[in-house]
Amino acid sequence: MERIHALVCAGTGCTSSNSALIVEKLHEEIAKLGLEKEIKVVKTGCFGLCQKGPIMAIYPDKTFYCHVTVDDVAEIVSEHFYKGRPVTRLEMSDIDEETKEKIFEISKIRFYAKQKRIALRNCGVINPEDINEYIAKDGYQALGKVLTEMSQQDVIDVIKKSGLRGRGGGGFPTGIKWQFAADQKNDEKYVICNADEGDPGAFMDRSILEGDPHAVLEAMAIAGYAIGAKLGYVYIRAEYPIAVERLKIAIKQAEELGLFGKNILGTGFQFDVEIRLGAGAFVCGEETALIMSIEGKRGMPNPKPPFPAVKGVWGKPTIINNVETFANVCQIILNGSDWFCSMGTKKSTGTKVFALGGKIVNTGLVEIPMGTTLREVIYEIGGGCPNNKNFKAVQTGGPSGGCLIEKDLDTPIDYDNLIALGSMMGSGGMIVVDEDNCMVDVARFYMDFICDESCGKCTPCRIGTKRMLELLTDLCEGRGSMETLDELEKLALSVKETALCGLGQTAPNPVLSTMRLFRDEYIAHAVDHKCPAGVCKKLLTYSIDPDKCKKCSLCAKNCPVDAISGEVGKTPFVIDATKCIKCGLCMTNCRFGAVVRN
Amino acid sequence: MKSLAELQKLRDEAKKKIELRDGSGDYRIVVGMATCGIAAGARPVLNALIEEAARGNYSCVIAQTGCIGMCTLEPIVEVFDKNGQKTTYVLVNPEKAIEIMKEHIGNGKIVEKYTVGTVKK
Repeated sequence: MERIHALVCAGTGCTSSNSALIVEKLHEEIAKLGLEKEIKVVKTGCFGLCQKGPIMAIYPDKTFYCHVTVDDVAEIVSEHFYKGRPVTRLEMSDIDEETKEKIFEISKIRFYAKQKRIALRNCGVINPEDINEYIAKDGYQALGKVLTEMSQQDVIDVIKKSGLRGRGGGGFPTGIKWQFAADQKNDEKYVICNADEGDPGAFMDRSILEGDPHAVLEAMAIAGYAIGAKLGYVYIRAEYPIAVERLKIAIKQAEELGLFGKNILGTGFQFDVEIRLGAGAFVCGEETALIMSIEGKRGMPNPKPPFPAVKGVWGKPTIINNVETFANVCQIILNGSDWFCSMGTKKSTGTKVFALGGKIVNTGLVEIPMGTTLREVIYEIGGGCPNNKNFKAVQTGGPSGGCLIEKDLDTPIDYDNLIALGSMMGSGGMIVVDEDNCMVDVARFYMDFICDESCGKCTPCRIGTKRMLELLTDLCEGRGSMETLDELEKLALSVKETALCGLGQTAPNPVLSTMRLFRDEYIAHAVDHKCPAGVCKKLLTYSIDPDKCKKCSLCAKNCPVDAISGEVGKTPFVIDATKCIKCGLCMTNCRFGAVVRN
Repeated sequence: MKSLAELQKLRDEAKKKIELRDGSGDYRIVVGMATCGIAAGARPVLNALIEEAARGNYSCVIAQTGCIGMCTLEPIVEVFDKNGQKTTYVLVNPEKAIEIMKEHIGNGKIVEKYTVGTVKK
């Protein structure tokens, strides 16, 4: 019998910090002590707290080790697995606010305490490459229930009643989408899972597919039953190799058990899933472009209507749902729509997964009930900005979204509130910006991304975004004026109104939102040619205060371009502005604060 | 798989295999595995428990712990039931361990003769 299960995160984050080697070493050390039969090493999905990876969870003790290195493995095996003494120095812990004592219990650690995991419920709990572990967690029971007890309309009604809305960004009610497709009279229909996650900084879909691929596949089969489709496609970017591999394994295992294919569970229902790899173009997350790509054509959007529910892939009725949307479906079927409605707000039910990134202590994935406030997410779960820096804004909705500032922090997060505040939910990327970030530079970053990703089909997006990028670059490089700002705003509004697809229509949002909230910073760039946050290099000058300079030459030694001259112990050092590349190394290295940035 | 019943059967079997991650076993058996325990022969006791658990149909998790504080009475095995009630067995050897497994975990009867209360009298 096994007495210990050691679960090691094998998601992309922890894999890139060597979790695969840790697994190898675990097997080796366990074999050395002859414990193979009693200790099972399991590769599992994302635990969410990627900041502290690689993460290892030990059951039944419920010990969570973080920042584990290959060198720690021998100690964990001999001390914990053999002698039963947890290696305290590696244990995940938090400080209890009231008692000021260390707490190790995972459910009380602030990062996890407010979370409610539905879409991520099996991530970090099961081995995603073993269908039996998914089945042990009531896997494929929802499909069984649907096929044996419910009519097609029953399924759609439950999803409608649950209030589930598209988690990919748009927030369209899932049940209504399914109804549209179900109402179409056609023998051939399709279900597509949109796993073309493209927002910079968002990785929830990847984590779900890596940690619990069957939950998505099972939901696709349920959707297939509801609308009358026999085939589903997972459209996923080739840049997610681990997710693709786990999907392939999952599909194969489900087919072997007869959970996909013909006559599923003896009910006569037939459903298969195929994988289609995308090349990572952002626009292919737009549903009409995605359909083009699946058909083997160049990924470019088409005008809607007709909507895919009427005329989708191969010209047939098609529903396209995001990974996270599908990941909620089986739980809604098993627990009912009332259960799902009991979480979240009236118009945004359930939970949402957010990818916390940027200037925040706990970067990683969090799943919270809708209606949680931004403050709770950023400060209580995320731990606030590191190094005691001041919070400036949080960017949500990726290149289609906008910024939220201090005064918005107590707003409960849901689809409608975020739109009312001038941003959007998007796929759930949350990038925190602190006082050291320049908002013009942030806007320029997103515009640069959009320019790269614009497919070029319509003029407003192809040329408009390019021109906007040029204007933003002018601002960042000191060539701007008030006219630049007016032109930028005018252009942004016209692109928003005239672009063909969602990508182009929303592309100006980061610019408009930052211009509205941080007008002072834009004016400082345009008029004074200054960057208040000290980010835009072309607008900075470095100089040395001769009174503070101790003539030690440390700045000159660290200057990569020999722009600093002076004589040790004799004359204060001086920066040659014509040679300076504004890297800031002199400033970081000076121990006396003599280097000044303007 | 041809029916929902078959799927449910597979689920029940699979559940047992990951039971220890839910902490849903009826009993928690803890073996003292500090230096004193190991020196007194805790390792063969642990092995015997694991082997017996694999042979029979028991609902338990087996774990180990550090020094319990009664080093002269090692190997020590503690059994916690679902309500957290603890029974402490002392001077356990592999044979006694199997007996404890069969009687206490299997039949729910505490093996009084090996408990700390009896032995220390």
